[in-house]
Amino acid sequence: MEKRRNFLTAALLAAAAILMAAGVAMEQNEQVFAKATRVCLECIGIG
Amino acid sequence: MDSKKRTFIQAAAAFLQNAHITGFFTGKIYDGAGKNICVPGLNCYSCPGALSACPIGSLQNAVTAWKFKFPCYVLGLMIFFGAAFGRLICGFLCPFGFLQDLLFKVPVPKKLRSFRGDAQLRYLKYTVLFIMVLILPFAHKFTPVYCKYLCPSGTLSGILLSAADSRLRSLFGWIFTWKAVVLTAVVLTSMAVFRPFCKYLCPLGAFYALFNRVSAVRLKVDGEKCVRCGVCARVCDMAVNPVISPNHPECIRCGQCVRCCPHEAIGFTFASKPIRVKALAENQKKPK
Ligand code: SF4
Ligand code: SF4
Repeated sequence: MEKRRNFLTAALLAAAAILMAAGVAMEQNEQVFAKATRVCLECIGIG
Repeated sequence: MDSKKRTFIQAAAAFLQNAHITGFFTGKIYDGAGKNICVPGLNCYSCPGALSACPIGSLQNAVTAWKFKFPCYVLGLMIFFGAAFGRLICGFLCPFGFLQDLLFKVPVPKKLRSFRGDAQLRYLKYTVLFIMVLILPFAHKFTPVYCKYLCPSGTLSGILLSAADSRLRSLFGWIFTWKAVVLTAVVLTSMAVFRPFCKYLCPLGAFYALFNRVSAVRLKVDGEKCVRCGVCARVCDMAVNPVISPNHPECIRCGQCVRCCPHEAIGFTFASKPIRVKALAENQKKPK
């Protein structure tokens, strides 16, 4: 049981790393940056 | 680890995530490289102090701007946090969770531990995650529905920003009024109920809850030492019984049960290896 769980944890971490790398390759971090560096009018209750 | 240490870690984490101090006076948000990455907890990126991005805000943005590109980066980050820590993030790193912990310390005539419908209401946060964060933005003209109509962390950011920038105040309309009502309700309820936003509404808590059973950090109960006295279940503010379900989705890994177990039967593990957390007798909380 514990072994299976640890295997699942490792698989999820590996999948997360692959997703992040793919996201950076597609420059999705820049999309995050662009949104986060401007005041989000929806978030603060204006938009 | 005693509860004071946890409070210290929570305060330090909240400060480090919001260390752009000048923003609070100028009303200008930080626009440096830190905003390329998301913090693990709920912390609006429009908070004048925020140094990084909010995972739920970024996910909403990625979903609304999807155009057939899967949001790999944000989801990858969130899965990483979830798989590594689960809801330990809620217990130690989330500034909005910390705020609710502080509010719960405010003395009020009655603290409500549980009520009828409490268990059912906890499923609401999954609805918020799937409906408001992931599905409704498509139906509602690519609007970030959760951020726009619910997120109290964003409302708090709006209040802090407008304190330094009077022009913003003149733009507030009915949406802000609605969000202020939500925020006020969360603040007031937090004084009587432990972490109501985390229990019932937070989509990020719901996301991490999905990983609690398989995250690297887990709780473990030693069946040999446990005498089933029930102390751990009585001290848990999230109303979890760690003996029955040590990795319950509602467990925020606050460590209260670890500290209070008179037989030192509960402990944290990392990838099944025990992490030594000393049960300091002098800091033990009396069972309710
Ligand atoms: S449930 Fe949400 S608001 Fe509460 S601590 Fe977790 S991430 Fe933060
Ligand atoms: S089960 Fe223990 S660690 Fe989890 S929330 Fe309850 S007291 Fe905290």
